Amino acid sequence: MDALDRKLMRDFVRLWPQFLAIALVLAAGVAVLIMSFGMSAALDETRATYYERNRFADIFTDARSVPMSMIDELRGIEGVEAVEARVTTFATLDVPGKTDTTVAYVASLPQMGADLNQPGLRRGGWPNPLSTDQVVLNAPFAEANGLWPGDRFAATLNGVKRMLTVTGWALSPEFIYTIGPGSLIPDDEDYGILWMPERALAALLDRTGAFDNLAVKLRPGFREAPVIYAIDTLLAPYGSWGAVGRDAQTSNAFIDAEITQLRTLAYILPPVFLGITVFLVNMVIGRIVSLERAEIGLLKALGYSDIAILFHYLLLAGLVAVCGIALGYLVGSWLSYQLAQLYADFLKFPYLIYNVSWNTYVISALFGVMAAGIGAARAAWAAARLAPATAMSPPAPPRFRRNWIDVVLRWIEISQPTMMILRSLIRWPVRAAMSVLGLALAVAILVSSNFFPDALDLIIDTGFHQSNRQHVVLFFNDSMQESALEDAGRLPGVLQVEGQQYLSAILRNAHREKRAVVEARRPGNDLSRIVAADGEIVEAPPDGIMLSERLAAQLGLAVGDRVEVEFLGNRKGSHDLPVTRLVTQYFGLGAYMDQATADRLFQQAPLVSVINLTLDPAQTDAFQAALKELPRLGGRAMMVENRRGFEDTISQNVLITTTIYAILGILITVGVAYNGARIQLSERARELASLRILGFTRGEVGYILMGEILLLALIAQPLGWWIGWGVAKLMTESFTSDLYAIPLVLKPATFSSASLVVLAATTVSVLVVRRRLDRLDLVAVMKTRE
Amino acid sequence: MADAPHDVVFRTRDLTKVYETGEVKVFALDGVDLELFSGELAVLLGPSGSGKSTLLNILGGLDHATRGRVWFRDLELTGLADRGLTRFRRDHVGFVFQFYNLVPSLTARENVQLVTDISPHPMRPEEALERVGLSHRLDHFPAQMSGGEQQRVAIARAVAKRPEVLLCDEPTGALDSKTGIQVLEVLKHVNEELGTSTVVITHAAEIRRMAHRVIWFQDGRIANIDVNDTRLEPAEIAW
Repeated sequence: MDALDRKLMRDFVRLWPQFLAIALVLAAGVAVLIMSFGMSAALDETRATYYERNRFADIFTDARSVPMSMIDELRGIEGVEAVEARVTTFATLDVPGKTDTTVAYVASLPQMGADLNQPGLRRGGWPNPLSTDQVVLNAPFAEANGLWPGDRFAATLNGVKRMLTVTGWALSPEFIYTIGPGSLIPDDEDYGILWMPERALAALLDRTGAFDNLAVKLRPGFREAPVIYAIDTLLAPYGSWGAVGRDAQTSNAFIDAEITQLRTLAYILPPVFLGITVFLVNMVIGRIVSLERAEIGLLKALGYSDIAILFHYLLLAGLVAVCGIALGYLVGSWLSYQLAQLYADFLKFPYLIYNVSWNTYVISALFGVMAAGIGAARAAWAAARLAPATAMSPPAPPRFRRNWIDVVLRWIEISQPTMMILRSLIRWPVRAAMSVLGLALAVAILVSSNFFPDALDLIIDTGFHQSNRQHVVLFFNDSMQESALEDAGRLPGVLQVEGQQYLSAILRNAHREKRAVVEARRPGNDLSRIVAADGEIVEAPPDGIMLSERLAAQLGLAVGDRVEVEFLGNRKGSHDLPVTRLVTQYFGLGAYMDQATADRLFQQAPLVSVINLTLDPAQTDAFQAALKELPRLGGRAMMVENRRGFEDTISQNVLITTTIYAILGILITVGVAYNGARIQLSERARELASLRILGFTRGEVGYILMGEILLLALIAQPLGWWIGWGVAKLMTESFTSDLYAIPLVLKPATFSSASLVVLAATTVSVLVVRRRLDRLDLVAVMKTRE
Repeated sequence: MADAPHDVVFRTRDLTKVYETGEVKVFALDGVDLELFSGELAVLLGPSGSGKSTLLNILGGLDHATRGRVWFRDLELTGLADRGLTRFRRDHVGFVFQFYNLVPSLTARENVQLVTDISPHPMRPEEALERVGLSHRLDHFPAQMSGGEQQRVAIARAVAKRPEVLLCDEPTGALDSKTGIQVLEVLKHVNEELGTSTVVITHAAEIRRMAHRVIWFQDGRIANIDVNDTRLEPAEIAW
């Protein structure tokens, strides 16, 4: 190691707290990059492998009793590699020892075993294809309900109750994210998937020789749109619900949304950390170079080349980068693996394929080195360019000149220490502005993560307390006569009953189209209400259709426009309807019409497919018992449990995310404030010592040191709130999917708590530096020329 | 110094300062007994490392003695903690250094105001600057002034609080002789007009001729004390 390298190492060791503060900021950037890319890649690859191994289909559709003879025609569509036809239904289950009714989706298992969407056996065995009472359960449901191979339970299928035997547990790529009708989050205990031999299920449903669910796999290189069109055309006479690709397959769409969110993180956060690293390295290396002027002059006088000097200071920044990158690798890899594992468990992947590509590591290291290099470039270049003679003489003192600001400052009669603080800000405006920006970004990160709980509170309030005030929602497989409402009213414990009809449809405006459920509503409904963002209770207007704003935006529609509504399933037909009103809503892509309008369109007597109930809590058990006997029940949602489940899941996630974001915000604050104060101390050491000699106390001198950074931190607050508002808005927009929208709710407490954290972290960082003031050697400082 | 009153401002007894660097002990001051009188202008002379600055720093409350005692009038400085020494400097002492040590971000007036803001009975900053002949430079920043002007601002800053003692460590060390003389004139003027006891450390031996007393240092001890019967005006001194 030559002498210059030794100097490098010693400088690095001597200034370790400053370098550590920078390395931590850089490490945070690298860690977030690795974490979000690592996690999203792991999810993506695991899912892709799972899909491939279990032959997940590309196109999905439901229809009614399509004769098996259609299969050959479907297979003949150009681009189709394989088709799988199934019979499916919803069943209510009576699990021994469980009060609540459980709803399950039942799918047939082809005699020769599934070719597409193959369930993978996790425990036990497959049912005998000729059996009539054997089923395989999806593993999370079986586990949550303690249903082991060999156990028996009752199920009501097509109105007939029968005992079924569990032969095994399975997982399927089709149901990674299983969400029951009317639910907001997966509930493994109350919603399950059953696979039953085709023969038995078809016989039970009177659909022998027919199918009602189709999955299609495309040949490689074929686009899905023409195939979807061909399938829809073939199945149109059979009440087709319209074929969809993977993007609209519920389970896959949820995972897509998760992966997108993880990737979004990688685009928003790391640039912030890398940017702050550039600024901090620039500030610190700049100061080191100005302190080492004489040494640079000496080195040059001794014959070191400009390049050697340039590299010396670049290498110093490089060492910081190496530390930051190494730390980022460690933390990022660990977090990435842990969180990917957490996701895989949550989503019940049968395995996790975790191999973060070396690309991610190389790219994040490149970014890290670049950030440090860009930061150090200016100072290192200046050092290399210093002429030896100039370098050995002291630098010119900073030029302060009077300007209009001085006139103002003089007029408001501030103390001289305050004047020193203000003049320094005016003298180095870029540095002050960058510090403000850095601290503002720390505030912004906290604001943009802290707003989530408030947004979710609003969602919960409008979603549950305002809109959905029913205790139970019952979904039926088919629309039923209105008399069903009276039947429901006779169930034990039922206090109020209201009906609705759900109609699946495709909404079109010119070339844009969107699948949605149109709710046909009875006027004056009190349990399930449509609540606009301003709190107004809205009725579906007659003679038209009311749309949620997001749906209207996706279709490019405004009030007064006409939209083509193609109803699917039993209620075939296209209708051109005026958009009568828009409402802001957070869940789903809602479309609403008046029940009378629907009845007129379909020339039908009033029908219901959904029944909303309120219950006497004392009679819940009796109600649940009666529900188990109810034929044709397609699903039931317990709204109170639904809300609790939603709140629990959310609050856990929110705790983890807000903690991570708080740490990130604090890292930035410490990086900026600590380094800022250290540089202040270094630049002002002489001034501050002079003041101590003049009789200023430690506190008074400390005020000058801390005042500037704290003032910058205060100035940073409103800017941070503003940026935080922008980032939060960006996040709500990028996180918004067809499934839900996150409202932008920013309360004073969100801003004030973010500010408190940043101001507290700033104060602590500056206090740590202030302790060095006490060790200032007054005599030594005075004896030397700067 | 026939006309100088003999009441004692500073008194030291067996004042010793030892610097320990590794195994080596260096006696910067080695049992100094000295009295400095109110209103006198004393010049400390001696080679580098003879103990002049160490004495000045201890008298000014910037440094602690290893052994011995120091009194400022009835106040014993040895034994005062940091807070007490700060108070002492704030109320009683003015310092002038070789490198001025002005705050670059403050104008001449504001540099003086730094002191007048925290002193009990200060003069107006403008008055202090007028005394050093800088009335026309009130709103100039240090970088806009010559070395001599900067040193005069430093003196104005030191005397603006009406200190009882003015301690000057090489006040002309960074100046050419012509500018140095201007600074010495200011010091003499302050000493005479305000009656401020003034101690000046210098390497320029000729300056001794303007002092009441000259204290010679050698190896951390007082080698000799001369009393000037006739004092020269700064303008008559050349070095």
